[in-house]
Amino acid sequence: MSATPRPVTRLVDELSRLPGIGPKTASRLAYRLLRSPMEQVLALSEAIRQVKELTVLCSVCFNIAEATPCAICSDPNRDTSQICVVEDPLDVIALERTRQFRGLYHVLQGAISPVEGIGPGELRIAELVARVRQGTVREVLLATNPNLEGEATAMYIAQQLAGTPVRVTRLARGLPVGGDLEYADEITLAQALEGRREM
Amino acid sequence: MPDRERVYRTEALILKHSDFGEADRLVTVFTPYYGKLRLLAKGARKPSSRKAGHLESFTRTQLLVARGRNLDIITQAQMVESYAALRRDLWRVSNAYYIGELADAFGEELAENRPMYDLLCRALGWVSELPNLRQALRVFELRLLDVVGYRPELFHCVGCKAAIEPDDNYFSAQEGGVLCPRCGKGRGGARTIPLAVLKVLRHMQTHDDATCLQLRLQPSTLSMMEQVQAEYLTHVLERRLKSVEFLHLLRPPTA
Repeated sequence: MSATPRPVTRLVDELSRLPGIGPKTASRLAYRLLRSPMEQVLALSEAIRQVKELTVLCSVCFNIAEATPCAICSDPNRDTSQICVVEDPLDVIALERTRQFRGLYHVLQGAISPVEGIGPGELRIAELVARVRQGTVREVLLATNPNLEGEATAMYIAQQLAGTPVRVTRLARGLPVGGDLEYADEITLAQALEGRREM
Repeated sequence: MPDRERVYRTEALILKHSDFGEADRLVTVFTPYYGKLRLLAKGARKPSSRKAGHLESFTRTQLLVARGRNLDIITQAQMVESYAALRRDLWRVSNAYYIGELADAFGEELAENRPMYDLLCRALGWVSELPNLRQALRVFELRLLDVVGYRPELFHCVGCKAAIEPDDNYFSAQEGGVLCPRCGKGRGGARTIPLAVLKVLRHMQTHDDATCLQLRLQPSTLSMMEQVQAEYLTHVLERRLKSVEFLHLLRPPTA
């Protein structure tokens, strides 16, 4: 028989399913929760329950939201002629922090990854094309990650939108702020040269 | 782990990567002397990472690796070959994914396989440049089966060992090669293989890359080769390859 009480084992098992949490971290968290005051534990369990119960996928942009359509999609001050296409809800948050983009979003829920069996059919690409075909959109800005999966996804979407009258743009690629030319790889550097601007 | 030293240097082809922890990346690479390795690239998901760009999938990179307790850690990376042309074309990218998945499936950790490394480098070169990728993949598959020890027998019947005659013979993935009409007829798991297809496969097994890549083949022959080879690969790996579906989805009508 194990020395660990069964409810504790169960909590450890559940926690260790989370990304980046191994069995050791899970046990530490579990024992920490055991020692925490009851109201704190209840608040956490309530928060976990609500995050599933009180959120929905926005039926327009597929972002996680409290209502559908989401706050961004239903905001009359946003520019409905631009759609920014991102991989994950977290990317929307990152872009919103810039306060530079006033258009709408479209969250694909991932990127094409043939080796993991994620093809275009598993992403919200058909929904994007349908949105574009409705006619109010004039620009689709592809803001998938600048790695091979993101590029493949962007290229695929560009192919799908060929023949529609919208302008398809891609987020600029190049050197990061705080980076170092010496350490830049040749793909990035070549793209930075290609995309150079007048000063 | 390789050597006893705390740090080692190796060239590597980047096969794939996945997210790990807060901002790290787990990178699967193939190296000439250590075979397949799974390495940790710390902080590679931060935009300011000095390594991230050098660790993109399907690039050839010079690595400095420190031995870790569980996973070895990439401390420096310098790209040697970017295969830039393949990145600009979605069809070429999908072919590279297929090569990467096969390399990952057949690659063994910590088992030196220099011929396989050289083949992978050549194959990524092919999918970056050649016009007929469908044919290039068939050559790659045959070469790969050679270097991992699963070369199919195409010259003698795997049933009775007799030399194969120019006739419509059979192919059995389970038995790893060609069956003569007498052994193959009605045999479970054996399929007929037209003479033209067998001829090309045999030619490819015995001639150098350049000759094989330049062969002018009928689309029907290529299509049949693809079926036979896919069946054999699926049998050897005991699973279907996931990237095939994407490959089929993107195949241009002319390829």
